[in-house]
Amino acid sequence: MNFLHDVLAEAFWLIVSFDPELLFITWTSLGMALASTVLATCMGVPFSLFFFFGRWPGKGLVQALLNVMMAVPTVVIGLLLYGVLSRSGPLGELDLLYTRTAIVLGQTMLILPIVCNLSISVISHANPGIVYSCRLLGADRLQQAAVLLHEVRYGLGVAVITAFGRAISEVGIAMLVGGNIEGVTRTLTTAIVMDTSRGEIELAAALGVILLLIAFAVTFSLQALRGRNPLL
Amino acid sequence: MPGLVAAVMAALLCPAPAVAAEQALRLAITTSFRDSGLADHLLPEFERRNNTRVHMVAVGSGMALEIARRGDVDVLVAHAPEEELRFMAEGWGHLREPIMYNYFLLLGPGLRQPDAISALRHVAASSMTFVSRGDDSGTHKKEISLWQQAGISPQGNAWYLSVGQGMAATLRLADQKGAVVLSDSGTWLALKDGLRLGVMVRDDELLKNTYHIIVVNPERHPHANHEGALKFLGYLRSKSGQDMISSYRVAGQQAFYAMDGQ
Repeated sequence: MNFLHDVLAEAFWLIVSFDPELLFITWTSLGMALASTVLATCMGVPFSLFFFFGRWPGKGLVQALLNVMMAVPTVVIGLLLYGVLSRSGPLGELDLLYTRTAIVLGQTMLILPIVCNLSISVISHANPGIVYSCRLLGADRLQQAAVLLHEVRYGLGVAVITAFGRAISEVGIAMLVGGNIEGVTRTLTTAIVMDTSRGEIELAAALGVILLLIAFAVTFSLQALRGRNPLL
Repeated sequence: MPGLVAAVMAALLCPAPAVAAEQALRLAITTSFRDSGLADHLLPEFERRNNTRVHMVAVGSGMALEIARRGDVDVLVAHAPEEELRFMAEGWGHLREPIMYNYFLLLGPGLRQPDAISALRHVAASSMTFVSRGDDSGTHKKEISLWQQAGISPQGNAWYLSVGQGMAATLRLADQKGAVVLSDSGTWLALKDGLRLGVMVRDDELLKNTYHIIVVNPERHPHANHEGALKFLGYLRSKSGQDMISSYRVAGQQAFYAMDGQ
């Protein structure tokens, strides 16, 4: 009880004091999670349409691979990307290790399978009559896709929110390829890990409360985009 | 939607133009250096004097040497002498200099012991629970070498717990279990008010903990910020740098000793 009280008090003071470091790491976390969500959506949704409309062999294998990739731990993606971006790795020349770009790359790799999988699922479960009617009315493939996407937009919204939640809450990638560098790549989650290892348990938990608040805010605004009152 | 994409990409790519303009010094340090607060005490002054930025990554000594070997940092501070010497012998380092020292402490529920070796023999003989970092850190390597010197192999015994966590988490765990643990003094000073652990051994020369700075060999990694790394070494070894180290206090006590007189 005492712990919970301390944590909430600490979180409250952190927020009302507008601590510049807190604002920075919050902005970093939010910006990178949004960037990777946008990137993954821009790649994942077209891919799922291609997957749905396409007639090619090996679809089952791709589907299985996507399912497996949803279960890859973030720290494994982080390690993989570290090996590639490290100076001694194949892309070392780009000097991307310990930058925000590296974290966004990793988070995009993390959530792309989520976006693809969930999008494929909602598209495949749409009423098959939609595509059929479009075809009868003489719509080309692009128009069919547009109608289909409009029809399943709420389902796609869920895919995007899920992907965002995964990106902002992950810590393995941000720690390994970001390095938790103060003022550069420190995020809410890496700060939580650091404060925990320092023994600053209440501060770490307070940052967790702030992370939750952000997740709430983003989810609510996405729901509001649907044109509904999120509270109802 | 394209507007949002553009805004996000812009926010992502240009939040810190001042950092991208010059080559920041990339530094790997041990977690005890950061967690004691010493890094925050030393770095801003260096950045101000040299009008540069330091990108600091805090990891265990083993990891610090590994990322330096791969060319991902320009300079590092570690406290794992044997591994550091191997690093130098393999030609990855350009210069290695001591910058400060302090003493490890053996903490636990037991009575004061005269020295580390007899304390460890006492632990093994009476099967007292011992908590080990188990994370390949400098502290963990020190513990392994102490067991070797005591002629005991603790692995596999029910009383020996390897937890694979950082110093603060390991101290808390040892405290909860009423176990014996090897700690660096900085973390102990910072946390001891909330803990029931007592000091079993202190000020044993065997427990001396020396921190070295290593500048990465520019012949192995030509892209490294060698000039910045040398400046940082000069700063820590200078009179004013050494004074800043010995004047630093954790909970009112001196946590690190300068190398003066060595």
